[in-house]
Amino acid sequence: MALLEVNDIHTFYGNIHALKGVSFEVDNAEIIALIGSNGAGKTTTLRTISGLMAPRGGNIVYDGREISSTRADLLVARGISMVPEGRGVFAKLTVEENLDMGAYVRTDDDVSEDLDSAFEMFPRLQERRKQFAGTLSGGEQQMLAIARALMSRPRLLLLDEPSMGLAPVLVDVVFEAIQRIASEGVTILLVEQNAHMALQIANRGYVLQSGEVAISDTAANLQQNEVVQKTYLGID
Amino acid sequence: MFRNKSGEFSWVDFTIDVLRVLIVLAVVVGAWNTLSSGRISLAQWVNLLAAGLSQGSIYALIALGYTLVYGILLMINFAHGEVFMAGAFTTFFFAEALNRTGFLNEQPLLAILLMILFAGLVSMTVAVLVERIAYRPLRGSPRLVPLITAIGASFFLQYAFRGLYGSSFKAYPQVRALQGAVQIGDISIPVAQIFVFCSALVLMIGLHWLVERTRIGKAMRAVSENKEVARLMGIDIDWVILFTFGVGGFLAGSAGVINGLFRPQGVNFYMGFIPGIKAFTAAVLGGIGNIPGAMLGGLFLGVIEAIGPNLVLAGLGIPGANQLKDVIAFTMLVLVLIFRPQGILGERLSETKA
Repeated sequence: MALLEVNDIHTFYGNIHALKGVSFEVDNAEIIALIGSNGAGKTTTLRTISGLMAPRGGNIVYDGREISSTRADLLVARGISMVPEGRGVFAKLTVEENLDMGAYVRTDDDVSEDLDSAFEMFPRLQERRKQFAGTLSGGEQQMLAIARALMSRPRLLLLDEPSMGLAPVLVDVVFEAIQRIASEGVTILLVEQNAHMALQIANRGYVLQSGEVAISDTAANLQQNEVVQKTYLGID
Repeated sequence: MFRNKSGEFSWVDFTIDVLRVLIVLAVVVGAWNTLSSGRISLAQWVNLLAAGLSQGSIYALIALGYTLVYGILLMINFAHGEVFMAGAFTTFFFAEALNRTGFLNEQPLLAILLMILFAGLVSMTVAVLVERIAYRPLRGSPRLVPLITAIGASFFLQYAFRGLYGSSFKAYPQVRALQGAVQIGDISIPVAQIFVFCSALVLMIGLHWLVERTRIGKAMRAVSENKEVARLMGIDIDWVILFTFGVGGFLAGSAGVINGLFRPQGVNFYMGFIPGIKAFTAAVLGGIGNIPGAMLGGLFLGVIEAIGPNLVLAGLGIPGANQLKDVIAFTMLVLVLIFRPQGILGERLSETKA
């Protein structure tokens, strides 16, 4: 059974119909890529799943239970964690405090272990643990945002444009980290403009076009798909 | 000078600059006259300073409530003065009861601690109820709406408490242990003022610990910075906002008792208005939304109020200078807003905060 099933969801910004019946599924331990151009509805899809926005139609089933109208903060405890677009680190909290906020819903005693493994995954963060997050570089902030999202021990990790604004060498670091997280059994739903990178690490992918799923296939097939190549991979 | 941003002469800027020069001149001349006349001895200055710090620490405690709420909701809770009153007024009856049994003078420290806790809890309850009933349903509406609601809540609380306890002034029983003065050389400082200052200091250290060290404190800072991301951390925003109102209320209630103990005229339903406005001024002086700013702004305002009239106004030959301390307080507000609009410790208001 799929870990996440999105069934025909319709989401609005005021009167603007942003998602016009999006459906897809994410199986356990998969990496799924959502690609598409600006305004196609990728971010809105993630915001609807994470509970920041409520769909007006359709439903979302996570782990066998309907979550369409569940508040974002309650979904974190149920294992859905999101790295928002633009990273969203708390600039006036230190690196360590940011990570501590990531573990806000945890009640067990292993938080400090997870802190150590976060620092092991991103050693740069350890060097800067007492620094305000606002003083970090863009790449370091992205690492912090990912590490922070992991602190709640999610089953499903939603990543919104993790490569945005990063130098190519840092994009590689971030994508390696995503693969490593997936190899530890975390299911990943990845929204990316950088379709090339996303399809390289994904198992399957969905192409969104003006609020609808236009194409769905395995990542390997999508890389060979003519439309995808032309529109999203820049191959003529 | 005398030119606006495009470099042209502007009468408005000219007038403001002339005003600035006149104000600075008035302060310098007044202070020079007073100091050169030697009418006020060093010991008297120290006394004024101590009185100012003691009054200022009351302002600071109330100002923290304004600044905490502003930091998290960008809203001025104009009912906060009434939250202060609620604790102080209600605790009068508790103090009377403690006094009748004799406990107040047998165990003054323990009794006062109990009173502070009691008032803190009463004010906390009032603050939390106001948030839950009056403000939460309006969250997300234009900013003028909660502002008007806050003013309405303020009147509601004043008259609700008048209905509950009557409109007369009620004076707290005297605590013998807090009378008298500490003598250092030829300077004598009332024990009451030392007590007020020290209790406020303890409460402020407690708040600092809460905000900087505890998980809920970090959550408060996270919510004030970015509510949406805070929700993605699993933080229940509504609970954190309620908690913030509660903390602000507790501080205001404690301030109410600490103040009430030394108000010879007593407490009544209207006692929150002026301290509320002054504390708001203090919060703006320090930089609203900034916690150390509110502490500093409160102390600063208290000291300026105590020293300013004697130093500046008396030196300019203005009669009854001490009755004009409110003029000094609000002149300071205008001055700070002219020279440093973001307040003493405030950051420049960015688009998100403005």
